[in-house]
Amino acid sequence: MNFLSSLTTPQGVATIAFIMVVGATIAGALIAVLARNIFHNVLGLALSLMGVGGLFLYLNSPFVALMEILIYVGAICIAICFAIMLSEPLYLSKPPRNPLKIQGAVLGAGAVFAFLALLVKQTKWTPAPERSADWSIETLGHYLLKNYVLIFELVSLLLLVAMLGAIVLARGGRGSS
Amino acid sequence: MLIFNQLSTYLYLALALFAIGLYGVLARRNLIAMLISIELILNAAMINFMAFNRFLAPHPAVGQVITLFIMAVAAAEAAIALSIIVAVYRKLKTINVEQATELRG
Repeated sequence: MNFLSSLTTPQGVATIAFIMVVGATIAGALIAVLARNIFHNVLGLALSLMGVGGLFLYLNSPFVALMEILIYVGAICIAICFAIMLSEPLYLSKPPRNPLKIQGAVLGAGAVFAFLALLVKQTKWTPAPERSADWSIETLGHYLLKNYVLIFELVSLLLLVAMLGAIVLARGGRGSS
Repeated sequence: MLIFNQLSTYLYLALALFAIGLYGVLARRNLIAMLISIELILNAAMINFMAFNRFLAPHPAVGQVITLFIMAVAAAEAAIALSIIVAVYRKLKTINVEQATELRG
């Protein structure tokens, strides 16, 4: 069994697609952080979030994958685009980056990465016994409206309060109606 | 063992996303860029929850419910942060955190 014929099996195709999804996630995240143009940052974030949605497909939950694309790519990225249009114009020259600060950030993020990677590598993960193999959206809906209804209501209340707060803040605060 | 059926793959990937987001928060000076980096960090947390739910604690709903909760909180956070950014720009004519130093004594 050579390498090329193993690529055409279903597992091989799934592996290739997984590697592409991972590449999109990491590349999008790098664009989102490293590019100087703020609009390129948003596009990189959208690419990265699409990749995360693909990962959720591999993790057995198409519903959360769709919600990821709907909420993050469809709502948050567009909202960020509007904020970019309402704030600093893109043609203004940007202040140069402070190399010392960049080095400090690389050092800090690298240290956290190394520590947590060591932690992941050292830990022995033991899976809990399986409770149910039913991962359908119906089951999720039942749990969301029965066992976890408090979370559901809390989320709706939080979104309402956040929406009102955003409107009040963006209109210029109190007293300037 | 396939690469996408291992817990450690997802953990390392989430870790990479977290580190990239942390670098962005530390290095960038634009408020919107910092918000984008925070979204990356929240996504790393969501991948961790989903991966642990899939591989270590196989319950059909807990991981997905928590992920949806994080998503809603992130949406609220983004709405509030963006309106604050717009208000700051209208007041100070800049969204660079090094120039917005009104409260410095």
